[in-house]
Amino acid sequence: MAKSLWARPFLYVLAVAMSVFFLMPVYVMVATSLKPLDEVTLADMWKLPSTIDWSSYATAFDKLAPNFWNSILLVVPATLLSALLGALNGYVLSKWKFKGADTLFTLILFGMFIPYQSILIPLIQFLREIGLYNTIPGLVFVHVVYGIPITTLMFRNFYAAIPDEMIESAKIDGAGFVRIFRYIMLPLSITGFVVVAIWQFTNIWNEFLFAVTITTSDKQPIMVALQNLSGSQIVQWNVQMAGALLAALPTLLVYIFLGKYFVRGLLAGSVKG
Amino acid sequence: METVNVTTTEKATAVPVVRKKRKWTADHWLAAAFLAPSVVLIFLFVYGFIGWTGYVSVSNWNSLVPDWSFAGLKNYVYLFHDFRFQADLRNTLVFTVLFIAAVIVLGQLLAILLDQKLRGESLFRNIFFFPMALSFVVTGVVWQWLFNPSTGVNLFLKPLGLDGKWYTDTNILGGFHWGKIEFGVPVAIIAVVVAAVWQMTGFAVAMYLAGLRAIPDEVREAARMDGATEFQLYWKIILPLLRPITVSVIIIMAHISLKIFDLIYAMTGPGANFVTDVPGVYMFETTFRGNYYANGAAIAIVMLLSVAIFIVPYLISSRKGGS
Repeated sequence: MAKSLWARPFLYVLAVAMSVFFLMPVYVMVATSLKPLDEVTLADMWKLPSTIDWSSYATAFDKLAPNFWNSILLVVPATLLSALLGALNGYVLSKWKFKGADTLFTLILFGMFIPYQSILIPLIQFLREIGLYNTIPGLVFVHVVYGIPITTLMFRNFYAAIPDEMIESAKIDGAGFVRIFRYIMLPLSITGFVVVAIWQFTNIWNEFLFAVTITTSDKQPIMVALQNLSGSQIVQWNVQMAGALLAALPTLLVYIFLGKYFVRGLLAGSVKG
Repeated sequence: METVNVTTTEKATAVPVVRKKRKWTADHWLAAAFLAPSVVLIFLFVYGFIGWTGYVSVSNWNSLVPDWSFAGLKNYVYLFHDFRFQADLRNTLVFTVLFIAAVIVLGQLLAILLDQKLRGESLFRNIFFFPMALSFVVTGVVWQWLFNPSTGVNLFLKPLGLDGKWYTDTNILGGFHWGKIEFGVPVAIIAVVVAAVWQMTGFAVAMYLAGLRAIPDEVREAARMDGATEFQLYWKIILPLLRPITVSVIIIMAHISLKIFDLIYAMTGPGANFVTDVPGVYMFETTFRGNYYANGAAIAIVMLLSVAIFIVPYLISSRKGGS
């Protein structure tokens, strides 16, 4: 029913034009990755490959597979642990508020906005001391710790929507802190866990600064390895693009199948949600 | 059902009194005990480590071996007289302004476009959103190829007489001397801004779209009834209503932009004459490649302060606003 702002055809032209801008890098990425090396010239950049050549995927996979595996070993435990920690914190900070709880929450939140450069030097010294430097468990630990603010925020906002009356009447029925969490909050938290897990999965998979400073060579996650591909003297752009697609695939798939939850996480992360 | 109703009505009147008198039960101790590890971790790893970095930044630790002797503000004085750091400050300022302006304009435009009940709306939305699921490293790698000088996008621009060198261009637009550097808009930065806008616009679109959907239809109907054109409706009524969202978008984009590292590191690096260098890249290289730990710590503290200027008031105000 609503009248359109401009003539309808113009709206579609604009939407399609913007879509072309957003999809252009994907086109170039896919087209380049399927070309044999001799077609990957600057002049032929925009052309489709004459024949489809999967060899750059084979090369990229050979080079990136160990790091891809490292990323999986990193992202699965880190996501699960930080979601669990966030759920507990969010539960306490929304349903068991004490004096100063909101101030404490704000102090925790600050941690998600800091540039991590400002804690990196002590962090690396610390990880060296406890023997976790250049290890995947070390990276897991780092992501769990610095994931506390965002996961706590998301769960706190999520639990705020569960009416306090439910908690109160459970208390009257004699349920305590643990039982209320186990039998009331957790069953209602499925969506919350999906949103938080997708958010943490995407962020940890894509993260670069911690990965490049805390790990070296064979312990490096996928994004560092991808960056290293271009560090070699002759850049094979077809391999580079195939590698970029491989590295992006897990988060892209999550977005394609669970995009709704990804956007919910994004809105929840903007504090005021 | 009835019992629930009784408790809710009771609660409405009695709760403020009851809450104050309620005893600190064993369950409260349990709740505190569950929260405590996170609080301790945040205080050590955020606040403690920031303090530690601050201490490194006033030390003489500029080699592989830690030297904790007090250097005063020496490292900061050095930085602000350093050609590279002055270039970084210029680049960060230019990048932040261009990036935020583009994200807001494009974000509002696309959100309003998606709000016009187009056919295939969810497809368009997904196309605008998907880059957010990518890593800045992937974006950097792809746009490095797209903006490859004398090729890429230039093949379209050459017939128009434009021959961009993009991120290898060392020209500074509107330049004038300031300190040791030429202040102005480095041409090379624009290429990085385009890549960042490509990746992050979806964020603004999502937020504006949520805002648009929250505006009741009566507002639009009433305006139309009063004879407002569609343009007036958006310009005079809808956009002002979206202003709080713009504030959030500015703050979120500003903190991303002020600490940006991976996109630039993957796409261009510092660039010739440091035309695309930013504090994040300088900090990383000087600390972990050059072992100038005290200088790196000083850069990190400057970055932290620049982010805190935006974030601290935002956190305080959203705490007050959000009950």
